[in-house]
Amino acid sequence: MRMRMMKMLLLLGLCCGPVCCGQNQSDPRDQRVFPVLSVNYDYVQMPFEVSLWILLASLLKLGFHLLPRLSAVVPESCLLIVVGLLVGGLIRVMGKKPPVLDSQLFFLCLLPPIILDAGYFLPLRPFTENAGTILSFAVLGTLWNTFFTGALLYACRPAALELLPCLLFGSIVSAVDPVAVLAVFEEIHINELLHILVFGESLLNDAVTVVLYHLFEEFAHAGEVTAGDVFLGVVCFFVVALGGVLVGGVYGVLAAFTSRFTSHTRVIEPLFVFLYSYMAYLSAEVFHLSGIMALIACGVIMRPYVEANISHKSYTTIKYFLKMWSSVSETLIFVFLGVSTVAGPHAWNWTFVTITIVLCLLSRVLGVVGLTFIINKYRMVKLSGKDQFIVAYGGLRGAIAFSLAFLLSSDDFPMKDMFLTAIITVIFFTVFVQGMTIRPLVDLLAVKKRKESKCSINEEIHTQFLEHLLAGIEGVCGHYGHHHWRDKLNRFNKRYIKRCLIGGERSQEPQLVSFYNKMELKQALMLLESNSSANLSTAVTAAAPRQRSLKTLNISKEREEEIRKILRANLQKTQQRLRSYSRHTLMPDAEDDWSETLLKKQQEEMERRMSNFLTVPAAPARRLESGERLRSGSFFFSERSAGEVNARRKPSVKFSLEPPKPPRGPEHLLEEDEELMHRRH
Amino acid sequence: MGSFQSLPDDHQYRTLSQKTGFSLEQIAILHNRFKQLSQNEETLRRDDLKTIQDLESNPIRSQIIEAFFDRRNFQKDGVGSVEEIGFEEFLTVMSYFRAPAHHITEEQREEMRRAKLRFLFNMHDTDNDGTITLEEYRHVVEELLSRSGALGRETAKGIADAAMLEVASISVGPMAPDEFYEGITFEHFLKILKGIEIETTMHIHFLNMDTSVLCK
Repeated sequence: MRMRMMKMLLLLGLCCGPVCCGQNQSDPRDQRVFPVLSVNYDYVQMPFEVSLWILLASLLKLGFHLLPRLSAVVPESCLLIVVGLLVGGLIRVMGKKPPVLDSQLFFLCLLPPIILDAGYFLPLRPFTENAGTILSFAVLGTLWNTFFTGALLYACRPAALELLPCLLFGSIVSAVDPVAVLAVFEEIHINELLHILVFGESLLNDAVTVVLYHLFEEFAHAGEVTAGDVFLGVVCFFVVALGGVLVGGVYGVLAAFTSRFTSHTRVIEPLFVFLYSYMAYLSAEVFHLSGIMALIACGVIMRPYVEANISHKSYTTIKYFLKMWSSVSETLIFVFLGVSTVAGPHAWNWTFVTITIVLCLLSRVLGVVGLTFIINKYRMVKLSGKDQFIVAYGGLRGAIAFSLAFLLSSDDFPMKDMFLTAIITVIFFTVFVQGMTIRPLVDLLAVKKRKESKCSINEEIHTQFLEHLLAGIEGVCGHYGHHHWRDKLNRFNKRYIKRCLIGGERSQEPQLVSFYNKMELKQALMLLESNSSANLSTAVTAAAPRQRSLKTLNISKEREEEIRKILRANLQKTQQRLRSYSRHTLMPDAEDDWSETLLKKQQEEMERRMSNFLTVPAAPARRLESGERLRSGSFFFSERSAGEVNARRKPSVKFSLEPPKPPRGPEHLLEEDEELMHRRH
Repeated sequence: MGSFQSLPDDHQYRTLSQKTGFSLEQIAILHNRFKQLSQNEETLRRDDLKTIQDLESNPIRSQIIEAFFDRRNFQKDGVGSVEEIGFEEFLTVMSYFRAPAHHITEEQREEMRRAKLRFLFNMHDTDNDGTITLEEYRHVVEELLSRSGALGRETAKGIADAAMLEVASISVGPMAPDEFYEGITFEHFLKILKGIEIETTMHIHFLNMDTSVLCK
């Protein structure tokens, strides 16, 4: 009845509309019917298209992983480029012009997330251990590639090119691309050393590429080169590289300092990390310094301090946001590369393209072999032939080369289209041919794969011990080596820097302790996750050991009911609290307090376990105490029981934050928990 | 045996070189250092090593100094510790920190690994009973954290306990309720440190030593 009334009213309303408009016919202005539904696409065009592209890219990623056989053979980057080609073709068939990968969009929006992700999670120890090798590959290797390719191209004269455009082309095409390397190497899981060599080289060669690119561009514009210009070029290189690192360092320190004060505003902690890093990148780009090096320096410098200051949730947020953005960026880059191939004006020149590909390969191989020969004299762990092959073969080119070529002005470089075509061909060749074949080659050559890194407290203790030992022995020898300086840096860091940049008492925490805490937290969380889903009673019975003294506690029925009621009531309260969640009323440090207490409890638990377990077995009288459960000696068993106890404790700890306390305090609840557990056996 | 203060005794150096694997120049440089530390005497004492400034801020200083005077490290099957050492013993201890040569066989590499790990094991096993007990391990961790002040013994104990449990679970696996784990034997020690490539990590670049750079 009511529904019918509503429908009638609605209809009436709708009729009135046009009627009223109709009554305005005497009005001289144009009579339009009030538009109930209209289309205004221009209003949302830009964000709509951007979102559509990103959605397309993400759906594609989803799709690939649903086809396991395909993704095992073909690396994702190849598939994405093919999709880009298809999409570009589709757009062209529809009659519109496919969008080209805009260089500004690429350098300012798509590249930074990938580099920040790489820099923030850069494994610092292998990087510093191989820093010399990486730098020589990045700097000397890229210089060699550029001049070799450029000079030989000029010698061959495929299109009557002058020397300077050849050298410029050489500099663009010879840089190993971090995006492509990451995309391919992520999937093949080679050992850490090779990964960091190729990847580190691809990051650090940005400085060289930037300098050479601008240098040759300027010279081509000016027309002639003098010795002074060359000297200035060298100076420029140092300015660009060191300036980039400096800018990154400044922003990194700022970020670390800011994170010291964020204990009351945990929600925006990740934002500081992202913003400071992006500002570092942009600031470096303002002065034509190396933005990539600034970003890497910022991430590397701020990470230890920021991680000591921020909450666990913020850490997870940063990790997942970075991974998400870099994944989306990478997908978009490859798709756009495909689309741009269909779009861009092409000038195909067989000789130029073939010579380019041949020269790229040749210069890479020669460069790697030659440099390794020299570097191996200074290395402890020599690079074998297999390693050299992988390093040479892993030198993939990617979107950075394309974008740099795209930025060239057509007036100074009339052969820009030819360059673009050649670069696209090189990129396709390296990504498709080298990318697809590197995995079977790695298996064929039996290159060492990445070993699963287990969190081992023993290894950590001994790594630290070795560091101090080696520094001490160097002191005895009187030799100021590598270990001595590293030791000095660590001490300086601990005494001055950590005190400024890390808030609270964590500034005094040595590395071993923070490693241990992290490990414990991880284990505790793992145990909780595995136990929290289980029913309370089944969890308890599951952990029942075979040999236990049958001690039965006589808890009366009423008491048990009381305990259950209290537990239930408190659980309900927790649920209510979660329902009224608002970002402004996020519980301050609820999670941190809980994890602290959890850790302390687990430590106490372990204490008790250890004192019974690792010393001479106690007299039988002790067996009947609460020590009974702990005498099991099995690491896994006691962990699980500790987990149960902790799972049980979980409600009680959270409740300590509630204003209305249960009639008996949390401690009593704990004892009753244990008694309850005992009773079940 | 002539005094080392005059011309270097070539024959002596050659035997040492064969025994420890150092080159003649490296032995000459180390000999100079030995003379510097021992103030031109023939033997070195603990106090001489304690005067080294660089060692002062090192948390495991006493263990490093003890290692030089520990007979087990002299490769002569002795036990216990001595009060003073000569150049030969000094050089022998230093040889544990040599890098592996380029082309050595797998067995030689394994042997070097065992020797270096044995050195570390001896540093931890202070009472020389062949196992590292919980107490000894706790002591190691406490020393490592000793420069960090206020955190103290509780954390060190916790870390050492966790480490022992890990060793037990790796070497012995799940244990029955009546067993207990006595201590880390050398074999278990080898197992848990398999992940660290000791032969390349535990070395000093003796190559680049230059007498003019030697401090003090």
